Amino acid sequence: MLYVAVATRAFRRYATYRAATLAGIFTNSVFGVIYSYVYLALWTARPGAGGYDAVDAVTYVWLGQALLMTVALWGGGSTDDLAARIRTGDVAIDLYRPVGLVGWYLAADLGRAAYHLLTRGLAPTVVGFVLFDIRLPDLAGAALFAVSIVLAVVTSFGFRFLVACSAFWLLDQSGVQLMSGVLAIFFSGLALPLVIFPEPLRSIALVLPWASYLQTPADVWLGTLDGTGLLAALGLQVAWAVVLLGCCRAVVGAATRRVVVQGG
Amino acid sequence: MAELSRTVREAPELYGRIAWMWVRSSLAYPLSFWLMTLGSALITFLDFVALWLMFSTVDALGGFELWEIALLYGASGIGIGVADLLIGSVEQIGDHVRTGTLDTMLTRPVPVLVQVCADRFALRRLGRITQAVAVFAWGAWSVDWSADKVVVAMGMVLGACAIFFSLFVTMSCVQFWTHDASEFANAFTYGGNTMTQYPLTVFPREVVRTLTFVIPVAFTNWYSCLHLLDRPDPFGMPGWFALAPLPVGILMLAVAGLAWRTGLRSYTSTGS
Repeated sequence: MLYVAVATRAFRRYATYRAATLAGIFTNSVFGVIYSYVYLALWTARPGAGGYDAVDAVTYVWLGQALLMTVALWGGGSTDDLAARIRTGDVAIDLYRPVGLVGWYLAADLGRAAYHLLTRGLAPTVVGFVLFDIRLPDLAGAALFAVSIVLAVVTSFGFRFLVACSAFWLLDQSGVQLMSGVLAIFFSGLALPLVIFPEPLRSIALVLPWASYLQTPADVWLGTLDGTGLLAALGLQVAWAVVLLGCCRAVVGAATRRVVVQGG
Repeated sequence: MAELSRTVREAPELYGRIAWMWVRSSLAYPLSFWLMTLGSALITFLDFVALWLMFSTVDALGGFELWEIALLYGASGIGIGVADLLIGSVEQIGDHVRTGTLDTMLTRPVPVLVQVCADRFALRRLGRITQAVAVFAWGAWSVDWSADKVVVAMGMVLGACAIFFSLFVTMSCVQFWTHDASEFANAFTYGGNTMTQYPLTVFPREVVRTLTFVIPVAFTNWYSCLHLLDRPDPFGMPGWFALAPLPVGILMLAVAGLAWRTGLRSYTSTGS
Protein backbone atom coordinates (compact mmCIF):
# COMPACT_ATOMS: atom_id res chain seq x y z
CA MET A 1 0.00 0.00 0.00
CA LEU A 2 2.81 2.36 0.94
CA TYR A 3 4.52 1.64 -2.38
CA VAL A 4 1.33 2.50 -4.24
CA ALA A 5 1.24 5.85 -2.42
CA VAL A 6 4.88 6.51 -3.34
CA ALA A 7 4.19 5.63 -6.97
CA THR A 8 1.10 7.85 -7.09
CA ARG A 9 3.02 10.84 -5.70
CA ALA A 10 5.77 10.34 -8.26
CA PHE A 11 3.17 10.20 -11.03
CA ARG A 12 1.62 13.48 -9.85
CA ARG A 13 4.97 15.16 -9.45
CA TYR A 14 5.79 14.66 -13.12
CA ALA A 15 2.24 15.64 -14.13
CA THR A 16 2.97 19.17 -12.81
CA TYR A 17 5.26 20.06 -15.71
CA ARG A 18 2.76 20.32 -18.55
CA ALA A 19 4.79 22.50 -20.92
CA ALA A 20 7.75 20.16 -20.48
CA THR A 21 5.55 17.20 -21.39
CA LEU A 22 4.16 18.95 -24.47
CA ALA A 23 7.62 20.05 -25.59
CA GLY A 24 8.84 16.48 -25.10
CA ILE A 25 6.00 15.01 -27.13
CA PHE A 26 6.76 17.49 -29.92
CA THR A 27 10.45 16.60 -29.92
CA ASN A 28 9.77 12.84 -29.81
CA SER A 29 7.42 13.25 -32.77
CA VAL A 30 9.96 15.23 -34.80
CA PHE A 31 12.60 12.56 -34.24
CA GLY A 32 10.01 9.88 -35.03
CA VAL A 33 9.36 11.49 -38.41
CA ILE A 34 13.10 11.85 -39.15
CA TYR A 35 13.95 8.23 -38.36
CA SER A 36 10.83 6.94 -40.13
CA TYR A 37 12.09 8.39 -43.42
CA VAL A 38 15.63 7.16 -42.79
CA TYR A 39 14.43 3.63 -42.03
CA LEU A 40 12.07 3.71 -45.01
CA ALA A 41 15.07 4.51 -47.21
CA LEU A 42 17.05 1.72 -45.58
CA TRP A 43 14.30 -0.86 -45.95
CA THR A 44 13.60 0.25 -49.52
CA ALA A 45 17.26 -0.40 -50.35
CA ARG A 46 17.17 -3.74 -48.52
CA PRO A 47 13.63 -5.12 -48.01
CA GLY A 48 13.33 -7.66 -45.23
CA ALA A 49 16.53 -6.62 -43.40
CA GLY A 50 16.61 -8.20 -39.93
CA GLY A 51 13.33 -10.00 -40.61
CA TYR A 52 11.42 -6.69 -40.61
CA ASP A 53 9.42 -5.23 -43.46
CA ALA A 54 9.10 -1.46 -43.97
CA VAL A 55 5.97 -1.25 -41.80
CA ASP A 56 7.73 -3.11 -38.97
CA ALA A 57 10.70 -0.76 -39.26
CA VAL A 58 8.57 2.40 -39.05
CA THR A 59 6.58 0.92 -36.15
CA TYR A 60 9.90 0.20 -34.43
CA VAL A 61 10.92 3.86 -34.77
CA TRP A 62 7.77 5.08 -33.01
CA LEU A 63 8.02 2.43 -30.30
CA GLY A 64 11.55 3.70 -29.67
CA GLN A 65 10.29 7.28 -29.26
CA ALA A 66 7.48 6.03 -26.99
CA LEU A 67 9.78 4.04 -24.73
CA LEU A 68 12.63 6.55 -24.62
CA MET A 69 11.32 8.40 -21.56
CA THR A 70 9.18 5.57 -20.17
CA VAL A 71 12.21 3.33 -19.76
CA ALA A 72 14.43 6.37 -18.98
CA LEU A 73 16.78 5.15 -21.68
CA TRP A 74 19.62 7.57 -21.11
CA GLY A 75 19.18 7.99 -17.39
CA GLY A 76 17.12 10.19 -15.10
CA GLY A 77 14.10 9.20 -13.06
CA SER A 78 13.83 8.58 -9.33
CA THR A 79 17.45 7.46 -9.14
CA ASP A 80 18.59 11.03 -9.89
CA ASP A 81 17.01 12.07 -6.58
CA LEU A 82 18.85 9.24 -4.86
CA ALA A 83 22.18 10.37 -6.35
CA ALA A 84 21.54 13.93 -5.16
CA ARG A 85 20.67 12.69 -1.66
CA ILE A 86 23.80 10.57 -1.50
CA ARG A 87 25.87 13.61 -2.43
CA THR A 88 24.35 15.81 0.25
CA GLY A 89 24.27 13.05 2.86
CA ASP A 90 20.47 13.18 3.14
CA VAL A 91 20.45 9.52 2.19
CA ALA A 92 21.25 8.76 5.84
CA ILE A 93 17.64 9.69 6.63
CA ASP A 94 16.38 7.31 3.93
CA LEU A 95 18.39 4.51 5.48
CA TYR A 96 16.76 5.00 8.87
CA ARG A 97 13.28 4.65 7.39
CA PRO A 98 11.54 1.30 8.04
CA VAL A 99 11.22 0.84 4.25
CA GLY A 100 13.71 -0.74 1.89
CA LEU A 101 15.68 1.81 -0.12
CA VAL A 102 15.39 -0.22 -3.33
CA GLY A 103 11.62 -0.76 -3.00
CA TRP A 104 10.97 2.92 -2.26
CA TYR A 105 12.84 4.24 -5.26
CA LEU A 106 11.52 1.46 -7.51
CA ALA A 107 7.93 2.41 -6.61
CA ALA A 108 8.66 6.06 -7.34
CA ASP A 109 10.24 5.15 -10.66
CA LEU A 110 7.30 2.98 -11.69
CA GLY A 111 5.00 5.93 -10.96
CA ARG A 112 7.19 8.15 -13.14
CA ALA A 113 7.26 5.53 -15.89
CA ALA A 114 3.46 5.25 -15.84
CA TYR A 115 3.17 9.00 -16.36
CA HIS A 116 5.70 9.01 -19.18
CA LEU A 117 4.01 6.03 -20.86
CA LEU A 118 0.59 7.71 -20.82
CA THR A 119 1.92 11.02 -22.16
CA ARG A 120 5.24 10.74 -23.95
CA GLY A 121 4.57 7.13 -24.89
CA LEU A 122 1.02 7.33 -26.12
CA ALA A 123 1.01 10.73 -27.84
CA PRO A 124 3.94 10.17 -30.24
CA THR A 125 2.52 6.73 -31.09
CA VAL A 126 -0.75 8.41 -32.12
CA VAL A 127 1.21 10.93 -34.21
CA GLY A 128 3.09 8.08 -35.87
CA PHE A 129 -0.14 6.22 -36.48
CA VAL A 130 -1.66 9.26 -38.20
CA LEU A 131 1.39 10.07 -40.35
CA PHE A 132 2.66 6.60 -41.23
CA ASP A 133 1.57 3.03 -41.75
CA ILE A 134 2.04 1.35 -38.38
CA ARG A 135 1.53 -2.22 -37.20
CA LEU A 136 -0.74 -2.77 -34.19
CA PRO A 137 -0.60 -5.90 -31.99
CA ASP A 138 -3.55 -8.18 -31.26
CA LEU A 139 -4.98 -8.33 -27.73
CA ALA A 140 -2.63 -11.06 -26.49
CA GLY A 141 0.32 -9.21 -28.03
CA ALA A 142 -0.71 -5.98 -26.30
CA ALA A 143 -0.98 -7.75 -22.93
CA LEU A 144 2.47 -9.31 -23.32
CA PHE A 145 3.82 -5.93 -24.44
CA ALA A 146 2.56 -4.40 -21.18
CA VAL A 147 4.37 -7.10 -19.19
CA SER A 148 7.51 -6.55 -21.26
CA ILE A 149 7.48 -2.78 -20.60
CA VAL A 150 7.24 -3.29 -16.83
CA LEU A 151 10.22 -5.63 -17.03
CA ALA A 152 12.01 -3.05 -19.18
CA VAL A 153 11.47 -0.31 -16.58
CA VAL A 154 12.60 -2.57 -13.72
CA THR A 155 15.76 -3.60 -15.60
CA SER A 156 16.56 -0.01 -16.49
CA PHE A 157 15.84 1.02 -12.88
CA GLY A 158 18.27 -1.63 -11.62
CA PHE A 159 21.03 -0.13 -13.76
CA ARG A 160 20.24 3.46 -12.88
CA PHE A 161 20.06 2.60 -9.18
CA LEU A 162 23.52 1.03 -9.32
CA VAL A 163 24.82 4.09 -11.18
CA ALA A 164 23.36 6.38 -8.51
CA CYS A 165 24.95 4.21 -5.80
CA SER A 166 28.36 4.76 -7.36
CA ALA A 167 28.07 8.20 -5.75
CA PHE A 168 28.61 6.50 -2.35
CA TRP A 169 32.19 5.84 -3.44
CA LEU A 170 32.84 8.49 -6.11
CA LEU A 171 30.81 11.37 -4.57
CA ASP A 172 29.75 12.35 -8.10
CA GLN A 173 27.92 9.91 -10.32
CA SER A 174 27.66 12.01 -13.49
CA GLY A 175 30.58 10.39 -15.32
CA VAL A 176 29.33 6.86 -14.68
CA GLN A 177 25.83 7.99 -15.58
CA LEU A 178 26.92 9.31 -18.97
CA MET A 179 28.85 6.14 -19.80
CA SER A 180 25.89 4.01 -18.77
CA GLY A 181 23.58 6.11 -20.96
CA VAL A 182 25.90 5.74 -23.95
CA LEU A 183 25.89 1.94 -23.65
CA ALA A 184 22.12 1.89 -23.14
CA ILE A 185 21.42 3.92 -26.29
CA PHE A 186 23.60 1.72 -28.46
CA PHE A 187 22.78 -1.72 -27.04
CA SER A 188 19.05 -1.17 -26.47
CA GLY A 189 18.48 -0.84 -30.19
CA LEU A 190 17.63 2.86 -30.09
CA ALA A 191 20.53 3.86 -32.34
CA LEU A 192 19.76 1.00 -34.74
CA PRO A 193 17.52 -2.09 -34.29
CA LEU A 194 19.64 -4.89 -32.84
CA VAL A 195 18.09 -7.32 -35.35
CA ILE A 196 19.98 -5.68 -38.23
CA PHE A 197 23.35 -5.71 -36.44
CA PRO A 198 25.77 -8.04 -38.25
CA GLU A 199 26.63 -11.31 -36.52
CA PRO A 200 28.14 -12.03 -34.01
CA LEU A 201 27.42 -8.54 -32.62
CA ARG A 202 23.70 -9.18 -33.01
CA SER A 203 23.64 -12.32 -30.87
CA ILE A 204 25.81 -10.71 -28.20
CA ALA A 205 23.65 -7.57 -28.05
CA LEU A 206 20.45 -9.58 -27.80
CA VAL A 207 21.49 -11.32 -24.56
CA LEU A 208 22.79 -8.17 -22.87
CA PRO A 209 20.41 -6.51 -20.35
CA TRP A 210 19.93 -3.42 -22.56
CA ALA A 211 18.01 -5.46 -25.14
CA SER A 212 15.23 -5.48 -22.52
CA TYR A 213 14.84 -1.70 -22.83
CA LEU A 214 13.57 -1.51 -26.40
CA GLN A 215 14.36 -4.43 -28.71
CA THR A 216 12.44 -7.05 -26.69
CA PRO A 217 9.27 -4.98 -26.07
CA ALA A 218 9.32 -3.92 -29.74
CA ASP A 219 9.60 -7.52 -30.94
CA VAL A 220 6.73 -8.50 -28.63
CA TRP A 221 4.63 -5.68 -30.11
CA LEU A 222 5.55 -6.58 -33.69
CA GLY A 223 4.91 -10.27 -33.09
CA THR A 224 8.18 -11.26 -34.76
CA LEU A 225 8.95 -13.84 -32.05
CA ASP A 226 7.35 -17.30 -32.09
CA GLY A 227 6.32 -19.40 -29.04
CA THR A 228 9.67 -20.50 -27.61
CA GLY A 229 11.50 -17.42 -28.87
CA LEU A 230 8.94 -15.20 -27.15
CA LEU A 231 9.20 -17.18 -23.92
CA ALA A 232 12.98 -17.01 -24.02
CA ALA A 233 12.98 -13.25 -24.63
CA LEU A 234 10.59 -12.55 -21.75
CA GLY A 235 12.42 -15.06 -19.54
CA LEU A 236 15.69 -13.23 -20.21
CA GLN A 237 14.04 -9.94 -19.23
CA VAL A 238 12.87 -11.49 -15.93
CA ALA A 239 16.33 -12.94 -15.30
CA TRP A 240 18.10 -9.60 -15.82
CA ALA A 241 15.52 -7.75 -13.68
CA VAL A 242 16.04 -10.23 -10.80
CA VAL A 243 19.84 -10.18 -11.09
CA LEU A 244 20.01 -6.38 -11.19
CA LEU A 245 17.62 -5.88 -8.25
CA GLY A 246 19.73 -8.41 -6.32
CA CYS A 247 22.83 -6.35 -7.09
CA CYS A 248 21.03 -3.20 -5.92
CA ARG A 249 20.26 -4.78 -2.54
CA ALA A 250 23.84 -5.98 -2.15
CA VAL A 251 25.24 -2.56 -3.02
CA VAL A 252 22.92 -0.79 -0.59
CA GLY A 253 24.10 -3.22 2.11
CA ALA A 254 27.74 -2.49 1.36
CA ALA A 255 27.11 1.25 1.11
CA THR A 256 25.19 1.36 4.39
CA ARG A 257 28.21 0.14 6.27
CA ARG A 258 30.32 2.79 4.59
CA VAL A 259 27.87 5.63 5.18
CA VAL A 260 27.70 4.78 8.88
CA VAL A 261 31.48 4.92 9.09
CA GLN A 262 31.55 8.26 7.28
CA GLY A 263 28.62 9.71 9.15
CA GLY A 264 26.79 10.57 5.89
CA MET B 1 27.08 53.19 -29.61
CA ALA B 2 30.38 53.45 -27.78
CA GLU B 3 28.94 51.33 -25.06
CA LEU B 4 27.84 48.66 -27.52
CA SER B 5 31.29 48.40 -29.09
CA ARG B 6 32.86 48.12 -25.64
CA THR B 7 30.47 45.29 -24.80
CA VAL B 8 31.33 43.45 -28.01
CA ARG B 9 35.05 43.91 -27.33
CA GLU B 10 34.90 42.72 -23.76
CA ALA B 11 32.40 39.88 -24.17
CA PRO B 12 34.90 37.21 -25.31
CA GLU B 13 37.23 37.97 -22.39
CA LEU B 14 34.40 37.88 -19.86
CA TYR B 15 33.11 34.69 -21.43
CA GLY B 16 36.56 33.15 -21.21
CA ARG B 17 36.90 33.98 -17.52
CA ILE B 18 33.55 32.38 -16.60
CA ALA B 19 34.24 29.37 -18.81
CA TRP B 20 37.66 28.83 -17.23
CA MET B 21 36.07 28.84 -13.79
CA TRP B 22 33.74 26.03 -14.85
CA VAL B 23 36.61 24.05 -16.36
CA ARG B 24 38.44 24.23 -13.03
CA SER B 25 35.33 23.25 -11.11
CA SER B 26 34.70 20.24 -13.36
CA LEU B 27 38.26 19.09 -12.65
CA ALA B 28 37.42 18.91 -8.95
CA TYR B 29 36.12 15.40 -9.57
CA PRO B 30 38.79 14.12 -11.97
CA LEU B 31 37.34 10.62 -12.42
CA SER B 32 33.96 12.08 -13.36
CA PHE B 33 35.58 14.59 -15.70
CA TRP B 34 37.51 11.95 -17.62
CA LEU B 35 34.55 9.57 -17.73
CA MET B 36 32.40 12.39 -19.07
CA THR B 37 35.00 13.28 -21.72
CA LEU B 38 35.35 9.64 -22.70
CA GLY B 39 31.56 9.26 -22.65
CA SER B 40 31.01 12.29 -24.91
CA ALA B 41 33.53 10.95 -27.40
CA LEU B 42 32.02 7.46 -27.19
CA ILE B 43 28.46 8.73 -27.66
CA THR B 44 29.36 10.32 -30.99
CA PHE B 45 31.64 7.45 -31.94
CA LEU B 46 28.83 4.90 -31.49
CA ASP B 47 26.51 7.27 -33.33
CA PHE B 48 28.68 6.90 -36.42
CA VAL B 49 29.12 3.18 -35.79
CA ALA B 50 25.32 2.86 -36.06
CA LEU B 51 25.49 4.56 -39.46
CA TRP B 52 28.37 2.29 -40.47
CA LEU B 53 26.41 -0.79 -39.34
CA MET B 54 23.54 0.32 -41.58
CA PHE B 55 25.98 -0.02 -44.45
CA SER B 56 26.62 -3.64 -43.56
CA THR B 57 23.08 -4.18 -44.91
CA VAL B 58 23.04 -1.70 -47.83
CA ASP B 59 25.53 -0.17 -50.30
CA ALA B 60 23.85 3.23 -50.54
CA LEU B 61 21.31 5.20 -48.55
CA GLY B 62 19.17 7.65 -50.51
CA GLY B 63 21.63 7.15 -53.39
CA PHE B 64 24.69 8.15 -51.35
CA GLU B 65 27.65 6.00 -50.35
CA LEU B 66 29.10 5.87 -46.85
CA TRP B 67 32.05 8.19 -47.52
CA GLU B 68 29.69 10.79 -49.01
CA ILE B 69 27.43 10.56 -45.97
CA ALA B 70 30.55 10.89 -43.79
CA LEU B 71 31.15 14.28 -45.41
CA LEU B 72 27.58 15.40 -44.65
CA TYR B 73 27.73 13.93 -41.15
CA GLY B 74 31.08 15.55 -40.35
CA ALA B 75 30.12 19.02 -41.60
CA SER B 76 26.87 19.08 -39.65
CA GLY B 77 28.63 17.60 -36.60
CA ILE B 78 31.35 20.27 -36.58
CA GLY B 79 28.68 22.99 -36.79
CA ILE B 80 26.55 21.76 -33.91
CA GLY B 81 29.62 20.68 -31.93
CA VAL B 82 31.18 24.16 -31.94
CA ALA B 83 27.83 25.82 -31.24
CA ASP B 84 27.10 23.39 -28.40
CA LEU B 85 30.53 23.90 -26.83
CA LEU B 86 30.31 27.68 -26.94
CA ILE B 87 26.67 28.38 -26.18
CA GLY B 88 24.92 25.04 -25.58
CA SER B 89 24.21 26.18 -22.02
CA VAL B 90 21.66 28.68 -23.32
CA GLU B 91 19.27 25.70 -23.21
CA GLN B 92 19.17 26.17 -19.44
CA ILE B 93 17.63 29.63 -19.69
CA GLY B 94 14.29 28.27 -18.47
CA ASP B 95 15.96 27.03 -15.27
CA HIS B 96 17.47 30.48 -14.70
CA VAL B 97 14.06 32.09 -15.17
CA ARG B 98 12.27 29.56 -12.97
CA THR B 99 14.71 29.55 -10.10
CA GLY B 100 15.35 33.29 -10.20
CA THR B 101 19.09 33.08 -10.91
CA LEU B 102 18.49 35.28 -13.95
CA ASP B 103 17.82 38.14 -11.51
CA THR B 104 21.32 37.74 -10.13
CA MET B 105 22.73 37.77 -13.63
CA LEU B 106 20.89 40.97 -14.50
CA THR B 107 22.61 42.80 -11.66
CA ARG B 108 26.12 41.84 -12.76
CA PRO B 109 28.14 44.09 -15.10
CA VAL B 110 28.43 41.31 -17.70
CA PRO B 111 26.02 40.85 -20.62
CA VAL B 112 23.35 38.30 -19.66
CA LEU B 113 23.81 36.28 -22.84
CA VAL B 114 27.51 35.90 -22.06
CA GLN B 115 26.71 34.72 -18.53
CA VAL B 116 24.04 32.27 -19.64
CA CYS B 117 26.17 30.81 -22.42
CA ALA B 118 29.31 30.45 -20.34
CA ASP B 119 27.37 28.91 -17.46
CA ARG B 120 28.42 25.28 -16.84
CA PHE B 121 30.89 25.50 -19.74
CA ALA B 122 31.84 21.90 -20.50
CA LEU B 123 35.23 21.29 -22.09
CA ARG B 124 34.31 17.62 -22.54
CA ARG B 125 32.20 18.65 -25.54
CA LEU B 126 35.49 18.88 -27.45
CA GLY B 127 35.08 15.10 -27.78
CA ARG B 128 32.19 15.57 -30.16
CA ILE B 129 34.00 18.14 -32.30
CA THR B 130 37.05 15.88 -32.56
CA GLN B 131 34.88 13.00 -33.75
CA ALA B 132 33.08 15.18 -36.32
CA VAL B 133 36.39 16.50 -37.67
CA ALA B 134 37.74 12.94 -37.97
CA VAL B 135 34.64 11.73 -39.83
CA PHE B 136 34.73 14.79 -42.11
CA ALA B 137 38.42 14.25 -42.84
CA TRP B 138 37.76 10.63 -43.76
CA GLY B 139 35.03 11.67 -46.20
CA ALA B 140 37.10 14.58 -47.54
CA TRP B 141 39.90 12.15 -48.44
CA SER B 142 37.88 10.96 -51.45
CA VAL B 143 36.79 14.43 -52.60
CA ASP B 144 38.33 15.73 -55.82
CA TRP B 145 39.59 19.02 -54.34
CA SER B 146 40.04 22.33 -56.19
CA ALA B 147 40.47 25.96 -55.07
CA ASP B 148 36.77 26.83 -55.31
CA LYS B 149 35.85 23.73 -53.32
CA VAL B 150 38.15 24.82 -50.49
CA VAL B 151 36.35 28.18 -50.38
CA VAL B 152 32.95 26.44 -50.38
CA ALA B 153 34.07 24.09 -47.59
CA MET B 154 35.32 26.95 -45.40
CA GLY B 155 32.14 28.92 -45.92
CA MET B 156 30.14 25.81 -45.10
CA VAL B 157 31.88 25.17 -41.78
CA LEU B 158 31.61 28.80 -40.63
CA GLY B 159 28.02 28.99 -41.82
CA ALA B 160 27.09 25.73 -40.09
CA CYS B 161 28.48 27.02 -36.77
CA ALA B 162 26.55 30.30 -37.15
CA ILE B 163 23.31 28.54 -38.13
CA PHE B 164 23.39 26.11 -35.18
CA PHE B 165 24.54 28.92 -32.88
CA SER B 166 21.46 30.93 -33.91
CA LEU B 167 19.12 27.96 -33.58
CA PHE B 168 20.29 27.31 -30.02
CA VAL B 169 19.63 30.91 -29.00
CA THR B 170 16.42 31.52 -30.97
CA MET B 171 14.68 28.31 -29.93
CA SER B 172 15.76 28.63 -26.31
CA CYS B 173 14.12 32.07 -26.16
CA VAL B 174 10.77 30.26 -26.10
CA GLN B 175 11.63 29.46 -22.49
CA PHE B 176 11.26 33.09 -21.50
CA TRP B 177 7.55 32.38 -21.80
CA THR B 178 7.34 28.63 -21.09
CA HIS B 179 10.02 28.00 -18.48
CA ASP B 180 10.01 24.22 -18.45
CA ALA B 181 9.89 23.61 -22.20
CA SER B 182 13.64 23.25 -22.74
CA GLU B 183 13.11 20.14 -24.87
CA PHE B 184 11.26 22.16 -27.49
CA ALA B 185 14.58 23.55 -28.75
CA ASN B 186 16.02 20.04 -29.12
CA ALA B 187 13.62 19.29 -31.97
CA PHE B 188 15.30 22.07 -33.99
CA THR B 189 18.93 21.88 -32.85
CA TYR B 190 19.55 18.16 -32.43
CA GLY B 191 16.68 17.36 -34.78
CA GLY B 192 18.25 19.56 -37.46
CA ASN B 193 21.60 17.93 -36.83
CA THR B 194 20.12 14.43 -37.11
CA MET B 195 18.31 15.26 -40.37
CA THR B 196 21.40 16.72 -42.00
CA GLN B 197 23.45 13.66 -41.03
CA TYR B 198 21.62 11.88 -43.82
CA PRO B 199 21.35 12.80 -47.51
CA LEU B 200 18.19 14.90 -47.86
CA THR B 201 17.08 12.61 -50.72
CA VAL B 202 15.81 10.38 -47.91
CA PHE B 203 13.07 12.93 -47.14
CA PRO B 204 10.10 14.11 -49.23
CA ARG B 205 10.38 17.33 -51.24
CA GLU B 206 8.22 19.37 -48.79
CA VAL B 207 10.52 18.50 -45.89
CA VAL B 208 13.56 19.59 -47.89
CA ARG B 209 11.84 22.87 -48.81
CA THR B 210 11.11 23.50 -45.12
CA LEU B 211 14.74 22.78 -44.24
CA THR B 212 15.84 25.28 -46.88
CA PHE B 213 13.45 28.20 -46.55
CA VAL B 214 11.88 27.97 -43.06
CA ILE B 215 14.45 26.41 -40.72
CA PRO B 216 17.46 26.62 -43.03
CA VAL B 217 19.54 23.75 -41.62
CA ALA B 218 19.96 22.38 -45.16
CA PHE B 219 22.59 25.12 -45.59
CA THR B 220 24.75 23.66 -42.81
CA ASN B 221 26.03 20.99 -45.17
CA TRP B 222 23.71 19.80 -47.95
CA TYR B 223 24.14 22.40 -50.71
CA SER B 224 27.86 22.87 -50.15
CA CYS B 225 28.52 19.13 -49.95
CA LEU B 226 26.66 18.58 -53.24
CA HIS B 227 29.17 20.97 -54.79
CA LEU B 228 32.12 19.19 -53.14
CA LEU B 229 30.81 15.88 -54.48
CA ASP B 230 30.17 17.30 -57.98
CA ARG B 231 26.54 16.23 -57.75
CA PRO B 232 23.65 18.22 -59.24
CA ASP B 233 20.87 19.06 -56.77
CA PRO B 234 18.28 16.26 -56.91
CA PHE B 235 15.56 18.76 -55.99
CA GLY B 236 16.62 21.28 -58.65
CA MET B 237 17.81 24.10 -56.38
CA PRO B 238 20.32 26.57 -57.89
CA GLY B 239 24.02 25.76 -57.75
CA TRP B 240 25.00 29.02 -56.04
CA PHE B 241 23.30 27.74 -52.87
CA ALA B 242 26.71 26.11 -52.24
CA LEU B 243 28.04 29.56 -51.30
CA ALA B 244 24.99 30.59 -49.26
CA PRO B 245 25.79 29.10 -45.79
CA LEU B 246 27.73 32.11 -44.49
CA PRO B 247 25.19 34.78 -45.55
CA VAL B 248 22.35 32.59 -44.24
CA GLY B 249 24.25 32.14 -40.97
CA ILE B 250 24.75 35.91 -40.58
CA LEU B 251 21.07 36.54 -41.28
CA MET B 252 20.11 33.97 -38.68
CA LEU B 253 22.46 35.52 -36.11
CA ALA B 254 20.53 38.76 -36.57
CA VAL B 255 17.24 36.92 -36.00
CA ALA B 256 18.70 35.26 -32.90
CA GLY B 257 19.81 38.63 -31.51
CA LEU B 258 16.34 40.03 -32.04
CA ALA B 259 14.70 37.00 -30.40
CA TRP B 260 17.02 37.29 -27.41
CA ARG B 261 16.31 41.02 -26.92
CA THR B 262 12.55 40.47 -27.22
CA GLY B 263 12.69 37.61 -24.75
CA LEU B 264 14.79 39.46 -22.22
CA ARG B 265 12.57 42.55 -22.46
CA SER B 266 9.47 40.50 -21.73
CA TYR B 267 11.13 38.93 -18.70
CA THR B 268 9.50 39.60 -15.39
CA SER B 269 11.16 38.16 -12.32
CA THR B 270 9.64 35.15 -10.62
CA GLY B 271 9.96 37.16 -7.43
CA SER B 272 11.12 34.16 -5.45
